Amino acid sequence: MIRLSIPLRQALARLTLPIMIALAFGTMLLGKADALLAERLRASLADALAPIYAALAEPVQAVRHAVDEVRALATMREENARLREENDRLRRWHAAALALEAENAMLQRQLNFVPDAAPAFTTAKVVADGGGTYARAVLLATGPRHPVRKGQVALDERGFVGRVTEVGARSARVLLATDMNSRVPVTLEGSRARAIMAGTNNARPRLTHWPEGVIPQDGERVVTSAEAGAFPAGLPVGVVRINPTGGAEVELFAQLDRLDLVRLFDYGLRGILPPESVARPEPRTPRR
Amino acid sequence: MVTTVPPRPQPGRKEPPPGLAARLDALGRAAFPGCATAILMVLAAAPVGLPPAVAAITLPAVFFWSVFRPGAMAPPVVFALGLLLDLLTLAPLGSGIVALLLVHGCALRWRRFIARQSFLTVWLIFCAFALGAASLLWALHALLSLSAPPFAPVLDMSLLAAGLYPAMAHLMTRAHEAMRHGETTP
Repeated sequence: MIRLSIPLRQALARLTLPIMIALAFGTMLLGKADALLAERLRASLADALAPIYAALAEPVQAVRHAVDEVRALATMREENARLREENDRLRRWHAAALALEAENAMLQRQLNFVPDAAPAFTTAKVVADGGGTYARAVLLATGPRHPVRKGQVALDERGFVGRVTEVGARSARVLLATDMNSRVPVTLEGSRARAIMAGTNNARPRLTHWPEGVIPQDGERVVTSAEAGAFPAGLPVGVVRINPTGGAEVELFAQLDRLDLVRLFDYGLRGILPPESVARPEPRTPRR
Repeated sequence: MVTTVPPRPQPGRKEPPPGLAARLDALGRAAFPGCATAILMVLAAAPVGLPPAVAAITLPAVFFWSVFRPGAMAPPVVFALGLLLDLLTLAPLGSGIVALLLVHGCALRWRRFIARQSFLTVWLIFCAFALGAASLLWALHALLSLSAPPFAPVLDMSLLAAGLYPAMAHLMTRAHEAMRHGETTP
């Protein structure tokens, strides 16, 4: 240690505080001038402290668990009472459900009710848009073993896309609901009124031919109808939107502009098929 | 300084040079306030879901040690604690240092007066110090960011510091007594 005379040492001791305050202001200026410096210092400090905090986290976690445990024990009693009450209620509902199920089975037996078969579907990849006869159509890549048939209904994960109109050996064309040639019989879900959804080559097909006295409401859900035997009833199509000119349009659930996979459902419906089907009976022989 | 001066050795005999243990002892006593405060600050900054109380822990420690044991709470130590405070609390660099140094300076200046008061009076004086430090911090933040930050957080901090002071002062007084005991008995 350097030996200093006592007055000098006292003077130094008296000077430390002002020097330190000046240094503090210097630090402040430095931090203001170089914002990255403080960040780097903080990062290195955090690096140094991280193991300490990690070690600390264990007991803290244990304490927190213990507190939670105690709290859970305290609430267990009323929770128990609540659950018992709920259990009673659910048991009553269970009995009611069993009774209803039995009644339903009995009634179905009396009516010779045949339940809907779960529709079979195949999934096909969309490989190209457009082309062909139609302005709004997509081409699907189908394997040789895909049982693709004209008149099958294409849906994406959200709703109705269109209908298969042409079938090749390894591909199939789907006419989208937005195409000008597309006419889909639909039901307005709110009023149960039938209408026709006609494509316009725009993103939203128009609603036409709804019965007198019914006005499509904005936001009303639109589903397919089984009219004409082309589609099964109740497939989700979209919602009604009234455009600024007062016309009713359908905002489709399906995202037709970004189709990648569609499911082709075979409902076994042969109501309306494109004209070639008359010349070429089903099942179609592969085109070579 | 008055309390830390050991009794003078008898004249005529050369004082024996302090042994290693004695020197370690002295070093430990000198380093204890700063180190304990730093450790407390680091613990208070731990992300365990408690309210951020780093500044509220630092203020009582700096004030207490500046008043009762200024030899162990020298300006460089205060500077280091302030830097740690700024780094732990994401405050603008330097603001905590200035605030702590000013608290230290004022406490040092009036320590002869403060040390003679009763505990309650010291507490009240500390409350004034905490409020002053909070205002200073707020002013510095406003100056450094060129906008007026809300005053409520720093006010909360000063209230928390005032509330923490009695408990911390109790512990620090015991440590101080123990150290003084260790220094006066040979």
